Amino acid sequence: MLGYILRRLLATIPVLLIVAVLVFLMLRLTPGDPAAVIAGDNATSEQIAMIRSRLGLDQPILTQFLIWSGNLLSGNFGESFFFKKTVAELIVGRLEPTVSLALTTIVIAVLVAVPLGVLAAYKHGTWIDRVVMGFSVLGFSVPVFVIGYALIYVFAITLNWLPIQGYQSISGGFRGFLQRLILPSLTLSVIYIALIARMTRASVLEVLGEDYIRTARAKGQVERKILFRHALKNAAVPIVTVIGIGVALLIGGVVVTESVFSIPGLGRLTVDAVLARDYPTIQAVILLFSVVYIAINLCVDLAYTLFDPRIRY
Amino acid sequence: MSFAWRMAAFAAAALAGTSVAQAQTTLKAVMHSDVKILDPIWTTAYIVRNHGYMIYDTLFALDEKGEVKPQMVDTYTESPDKLTYTFKLRDGLLWHDEKPVTAEDCVASIKRWSARDPLGQKVMSFVDTISASDDKTFTIKLKSPTGLLLFALGKPSSNVPFMMPKRVAETDPNTQISDFTGSGPFKFKQDEWKPGDKIVYVKFDKYKPRSEPASGLAGGKVVKLDRVEWLAISDHQQAANALLGGEIDYYEQPPHDLIPLLKSDKSIKLVDYNPLGLQYTLRPNHLLPPFNNPKIRQAMFYALNQKDFLDATIGNPDYYKVCKAIFVCGTALATEKGMENLLESNFKRSQELLKEAGYDGTPVVLLHSTDLQVLTNLAPVAKQLLEKGGFKVDMQSSDWQTVVSRRTRKDPVDKGGWNLMLTSWVSADILNPVMTGFINASCDKAAFGWPCDAEMEKLRDDFARETDPAKQKEIVEKVQLRQREVVTHIHLGQYYVPIGTRGNISGILTAAAPVFWNIEKK
Repeated sequence: MLGYILRRLLATIPVLLIVAVLVFLMLRLTPGDPAAVIAGDNATSEQIAMIRSRLGLDQPILTQFLIWSGNLLSGNFGESFFFKKTVAELIVGRLEPTVSLALTTIVIAVLVAVPLGVLAAYKHGTWIDRVVMGFSVLGFSVPVFVIGYALIYVFAITLNWLPIQGYQSISGGFRGFLQRLILPSLTLSVIYIALIARMTRASVLEVLGEDYIRTARAKGQVERKILFRHALKNAAVPIVTVIGIGVALLIGGVVVTESVFSIPGLGRLTVDAVLARDYPTIQAVILLFSVVYIAINLCVDLAYTLFDPRIRY
Repeated sequence: MSFAWRMAAFAAAALAGTSVAQAQTTLKAVMHSDVKILDPIWTTAYIVRNHGYMIYDTLFALDEKGEVKPQMVDTYTESPDKLTYTFKLRDGLLWHDEKPVTAEDCVASIKRWSARDPLGQKVMSFVDTISASDDKTFTIKLKSPTGLLLFALGKPSSNVPFMMPKRVAETDPNTQISDFTGSGPFKFKQDEWKPGDKIVYVKFDKYKPRSEPASGLAGGKVVKLDRVEWLAISDHQQAANALLGGEIDYYEQPPHDLIPLLKSDKSIKLVDYNPLGLQYTLRPNHLLPPFNNPKIRQAMFYALNQKDFLDATIGNPDYYKVCKAIFVCGTALATEKGMENLLESNFKRSQELLKEAGYDGTPVVLLHSTDLQVLTNLAPVAKQLLEKGGFKVDMQSSDWQTVVSRRTRKDPVDKGGWNLMLTSWVSADILNPVMTGFINASCDKAAFGWPCDAEMEKLRDDFARETDPAKQKEIVEKVQLRQREVVTHIHLGQYYVPIGTRGNISGILTAAAPVFWNIEKK
């Protein structure tokens, strides 16, 4: 197992290298000049050139890449072109909201989607199954921001139960933290619930037709135990896989949800950085997202051993 | 009670109600943008100018009538030959670290500002020496008289000549400052600044306001709030929701399509704080064909009209004004001289001019920004009107920052260059020919578009030298007559954006920039 983990960790190095090169090149090759953005409306060509030179953007791309990757290897992500802060400071300041939002979303999604999927499989072909699957299709189809606005309209504006926007750090009080996290987490979890519920239903449905389930029933096992102990555990591998793959959806959703709910997390930092062509920040955030995605996939692979003892690394 | 019930009761109690305890005098505002940069001399961004007005003070300021009034300056004298100005600072002026403001600080601040600001550069071309004679007095000696000196020191919009401590003002003008000590009515809470979330200011208790009542950006800056928070809400619908829900008190620039929603709620007030508003502008690239031909630029003056642009972008005539005066309607220099028969969509005349100029029908590249609501609809209107006027238009869409980057390129259009772009200016930045960036026709030294006309430059210099307001207006008329020929840019009408506030907010001043002194929250 340890050898497998080490091999996987080593395999991340070329992946990260490719991501770094691609992100770096894409930013340089797409239109946009941070110096012109910084310089403002009255700037002369001379002033813009001066800013470009100060930011090092007048160097050949290869030189820029070597400087950046050299700094990266020494743990230095560079300084934001706009904020008078290092990129590392910016990212650390934005981690808590995004991590809180992502974790809450995953917890809500798993707690809701897995029972719903199991129920739909158990009540296969009934109206319950159709309602769950209908919700699932809806969850896939409706854009995240529409769900966000609908929830805001109902729970924040009409019923006045929850705040409309914003984020409160957990250090500022758990109540405010929770209040401000509920709507964005619900918004973001809808698509995730849809994905997991569908996969859970299909997977459990397949297992429910197996011989050992029939045997369990013949032995007089209660249905709840059959469903959750026998069927769900054996159907878990594809479900866990989908939860892992869904993190990519989550990262995309975080960007939109944080913008709609004015949450100062990594998603909004990414949007702001892209709009302002803040190269060092964009590069660092995308690399961070890549590391997270790779780490989660590794965790998912390791989790297989918990659900299926036949899997060995 | 079971554990589960107790947990449920706790959760219900935790979620009941959404109000957050806060001090009575904390004002929460959503401005038009997040504050990313904190140096108002280094950038012209309006949000940084607004930040500057919170924490810095100015030597002079424009009052509500547009007249220049002393602000940090107590008294000043002008020699009979108009070549020597002596300024004495008010008593009791302190930096936020509670050290006294000195004349040397002001000299250093003027020098740094004038290195960056186009109006400052122009004024400095008249300056012989600038020096402090004692702690509170400094003198500016001119090589030749100019009517611009006091106006420049009270310039209301970007870059505003904000005063900074000498140690800060000695920072290279092309490098951002990192010490944010000001002497303005609010102090910046650097420890609470979270870019992308909020920026916080608290009242500077030791600030000594002038005794006169506040008027525009001049007069007594009396702070009636303990704390001001600017929250970064990038989504306009959410900002409007937050205002309606009482989560914020002040919304600087609600888009015009949300104004009816705000108006329909009796707890919301809309305040027209800036009577000069903003001006839409079309800028041709003078370097590239076909707009290197003045006749083809003139054809645009005939093809376009302001009302179509204003209807498409603002919609409600209460918030726009068709105005042919280049230097803004409602000011002393406003005149329609030279603009007769222009901007009336006379397509026939436009087509005739194109024919006379030998326009070969090559499509002109019009940059269309798609992500700034206030600009998005301009390019489609321009395309339609120009095509009716005989042009072929290739409208290329992208986000605003791509437009900002692309407009600086002098390359041919097939290599990433451009022919036309649209933007808007805060009227306070375009009040006369010297401060208006787009009228500058100094070729390579001009802003993007690079117009080149020696006669226009001579008129701008004449204006800078003139000290008599009546004669200044005569020069403005000549500038507009010349503009008819040169067409450095085309002005497409004025528009206004009100501030939305909760009903318990009062005291918003009529000024060229949104300021937070004098505001009261009851």
